[in-house]
Amino acid sequence: MGYFLFFLLAALCVGSVLGMIISKNQAYNALFLIPAFASLGGLFGLLEAPFIAVVQIIIYAGAIMVLFIFVIMMINVQKGVPPEKKKWTLYLSFGLAVVLVIELAVALKAAFTLPVSTETLKAGPVNLGRLLFTKYLYPFEITSILIIAALVGAIVLVKKKEQE
Amino acid sequence: MIEILIVFIKIVCALVWFLLLTLYLTWLERKESAVIQDRIGANRASIFGIRILGLFQPFADAIKMIFKEDFVPAFSRKFLHTLAPFISFFFVAITISAIPFGDSIRIGERTISLQILDFNVGLLFILAMLSLGIYGIILSGWASNNRYTLIGGLRGTAQLISYEVALGLSLIGLIMVFPSLKLSAIVHYQGELIFGFLPKWGIFLQPLGFLVFLFAALAETKRAPFDLPEAESEIIGFFAEYGGLKWGLFMMTDFMEIIVVSTLLTTLFFGGWQVPWMAADGFHWPWGGEWLLSHWLVVVFQVAAFNIKVFFFCWLQILIRWTYPRFRYDQLMDMGWKLLIPLSLVNIVGTGIVMSIL
Repeated sequence: MGYFLFFLLAALCVGSVLGMIISKNQAYNALFLIPAFASLGGLFGLLEAPFIAVVQIIIYAGAIMVLFIFVIMMINVQKGVPPEKKKWTLYLSFGLAVVLVIELAVALKAAFTLPVSTETLKAGPVNLGRLLFTKYLYPFEITSILIIAALVGAIVLVKKKEQE
Repeated sequence: MIEILIVFIKIVCALVWFLLLTLYLTWLERKESAVIQDRIGANRASIFGIRILGLFQPFADAIKMIFKEDFVPAFSRKFLHTLAPFISFFFVAITISAIPFGDSIRIGERTISLQILDFNVGLLFILAMLSLGIYGIILSGWASNNRYTLIGGLRGTAQLISYEVALGLSLIGLIMVFPSLKLSAIVHYQGELIFGFLPKWGIFLQPLGFLVFLFAALAETKRAPFDLPEAESEIIGFFAEYGGLKWGLFMMTDFMEIIVVSTLLTTLFFGGWQVPWMAADGFHWPWGGEWLLSHWLVVVFQVAAFNIKVFFFCWLQILIRWTYPRFRYDQLMDMGWKLLIPLSLVNIVGTGIVMSIL
């Protein structure tokens, strides 16, 4: 049952991400990401981390993607970006693809020898919160500053365009 | 094997309860609005000439909806147009799996909890499913390929994501008081007493949180005074291009959301299945004395208490819907962002201060 669910969710996740890459309509691109995030949440659930699973669904599938789709549907971009046919992009993408495959292989090799620690995964919301506010307090706060910096940057960029 | 059978029976019972209550809420809505507006209301549907206050009306409505033409506009995006009502319906219907209807029943040596799935994070699960239900609205508005429905869908989505913030924040104070995200554990905490006589219900510990949650949840059900997404009487809403059973699914989703909000209000703020002063073996009165009951009577009392509380909140929501006029759109956004969110933040800080003093 566990294996069946895992392969079902994994196939759904990979399939919808593939659909996202192949589809040329921006709205469909965003829509394909939702089942990908939701099935990723399901995979976390299979790892006996229900809190992370639900938070994954709430934040990514429930909040961020709604905003994406909201904006895409409001602007209503119908046609995709015309494909650029330049030689150097082809070579560059080929090189990047090779690097990605090597990176994946290295990551997979490391994953097989990784010590299995279910301790941190099984930690419920209480332990997670405690760790975030004690041991990982500085990384946690720095991340929030990073996110705010990104937001402020976006606002500054938009404001400049308006003034011109 | 028998475990699977038990879960199956629980799912069937919960769904039958949910759908029957949904059907009869449509009847209750028509009757209650009729009484408020000094009319008689639906009373014509009959079987063999028997018409008990029009109690067969929901079934007549259902049969009518099923046999209507299933019309998909030629200009729509067909697959998403068909998918949208099912998304809306599914993500509301699935929330019932986390609601505790009662404590547990003992049959022989087996203890069966009256809850389909006792999640560790049941509360967040319900919120997650409700937030996924938004896709039904935005997809139906967009896939109909009609400007009015698109604007209706965007209006609805903007309202729902704004009020979801207040909905989530208003519950943080409650989670601080009852330190768990497990719905059954939250209900168990509410069985204790404050000062020896007052039940430790959420509403007594979190009155401000209750008010914020109530308003945010009313906005989430998308009904008057918050019915700008649909606005069935004058503005065109997101499901204008639907007919027959698909329209019926959107309509049922609305009524099911009323029930989900009622069950959440009951479970979080009014003690769920807890009857005041009743323990697992009967009543223990705070003025002394007790009234011991058998196990089965206790279970009946618990389930009845849960149902009465849920019915009360369903009735209250319909009353609110037929009493108050609609908000203007700017008033709606002001209330969500400038009133409810600051109030819920004040609630969190206040709860923290009180808890650190006590």
